[in-house]
Amino acid sequence: MASTIRVRATASGETTEVQALIQHPMDSGFVKDAKGEIIPPHFIQQLTFEYDGKPVFSADWGGGVSKDPYVKFAFKGGKKGDDLKVSWVDNKGATDTTTAKIQ
Amino acid sequence: MRLRSAIKLASTALTLAALTLTAQPAGAADTVDPVADAKAFKKFFTDKFPKVKLDDFVNGPYSMNEDMHRQWEEKEQFPPYEFSLEMGKEMFSKPFKNGKSYEDCFPNKGIGIRQNYPYFDEKEGKVITLELALNRCRETNGEPPFSYVRDEMAALTAYMAFTSRGKPFDIKIPNDPRALEAYQKGKEYFYTRRGQLNFSCATCHVQSPGERIRAEVLAPALGILNAMPIYRSEWSGMGTTSRRFTTCNSQIRGVPLTPQDDEYRNVEYYLSYVSNGLPISGPGARP
Amino acid sequence: MRNRILKTALPLLLLVAGATCVLAEGSEADFKAAYAAAEAANKEAGSLRNQWTTTAATLATAKKSADAGEFDKATASAKEAEALAKASIFQATSEKERWKDMEIR
Repeated sequence: MASTIRVRATASGETTEVQALIQHPMDSGFVKDAKGEIIPPHFIQQLTFEYDGKPVFSADWGGGVSKDPYVKFAFKGGKKGDDLKVSWVDNKGATDTTTAKIQ
Repeated sequence: MRLRSAIKLASTALTLAALTLTAQPAGAADTVDPVADAKAFKKFFTDKFPKVKLDDFVNGPYSMNEDMHRQWEEKEQFPPYEFSLEMGKEMFSKPFKNGKSYEDCFPNKGIGIRQNYPYFDEKEGKVITLELALNRCRETNGEPPFSYVRDEMAALTAYMAFTSRGKPFDIKIPNDPRALEAYQKGKEYFYTRRGQLNFSCATCHVQSPGERIRAEVLAPALGILNAMPIYRSEWSGMGTTSRRFTTCNSQIRGVPLTPQDDEYRNVEYYLSYVSNGLPISGPGARP
Repeated sequence: MRNRILKTALPLLLLVAGATCVLAEGSEADFKAAYAAAEAANKEAGSLRNQWTTTAATLATAKKSADAGEFDKATASAKEAEALAKASIFQATSEKERWKDMEIR
């Protein structure tokens, strides 16, 4: 199955800019369906970007983040051709991870 | 006593008569002239927004507001409709149970043809939209139709729009009185006020583009269908032209019609025609 | 002693019960008429392709009140629904010509 993570990292001078789009329902657990029943909470709790074995960005999310979250940030360092690893864990224990090359 | 009530009756009758007389429009017999309409339509919006390039009108609210435009440019690097677009591509090439596929229903195998929809079918005497054509394709091949408003229909039309990106809208009105009638009815629908809030499509998209309705910036009517289907943040998902028409109706407290009812097909025909020449930009993203 | 009280109380009670029954029935008949009128108007609005969501909501409120036996409330809602439906008919009819006022020419 295709990865849920799309990521693009571009090195420019001393910094690397990262954008990512993650496919996930991010159900808060407060919304009811058409039948009036609560849609159970299902959201990413931890998101981590690692470069050179060290985390350069990590997020602890709750149900307040919307569906298919988009993340953009920049970190100091990173060279063209190096690996950037992205992984997430959700409240059901599911995970996904991907590695992209910095452009 | 009787005289007074008689006078009252007479004056009421006179007032009513006066009202109905003044309510009649001063226009001469109207002949339908789509070419003139389209020209006037474009002129209205380019005059109103002289700094916006003609092609940029397809970006709706993003062409109306600098700050929103910047955010949208960023968003386009990783657009939220990507997942739906991918799904649409996969679906389009997957054959039906009978071995045929969508390719067999459309000219040029369905690639790069979105800008020709809707069209007037002279055999049937009605307007055919892309969404309608897709469901008919399914039903002809023994498959159940999709809901017109979201998910699969949105994914399929997203893919077809994507293959037509940049191509100018090329809607044709054949020399057939029924086609002209459909166009005219579409135009009438667009300008007719409805719902308890008494809004027409024009109330927002002709009278107030660039202004706000609550927190939203309103899009101009010119080019408004070019970006369909759209991923709308408000919906947290994709929606089709049918979705937009029905939700707009209910937002102004009018009971929506059924997707692909004649009125909706006709208004899509009208709106697409007057935007002829503007590029297809779908699938799109909106707030 | 008790029997005598009961004997006088009973017919009084029956009278009162009978009176309230008559009152309630009158309200229900009123409601049914008002609701039918509202529904008919809304149906006409439907044939003009211009029903309002608020008409449907008010009709539903009327029905709910009627089901709970609150006929005065129900009749009032039904009458409001009829007014809304009639307004939507007026809107559809007048817009047949008025739409041209908005048209870009």
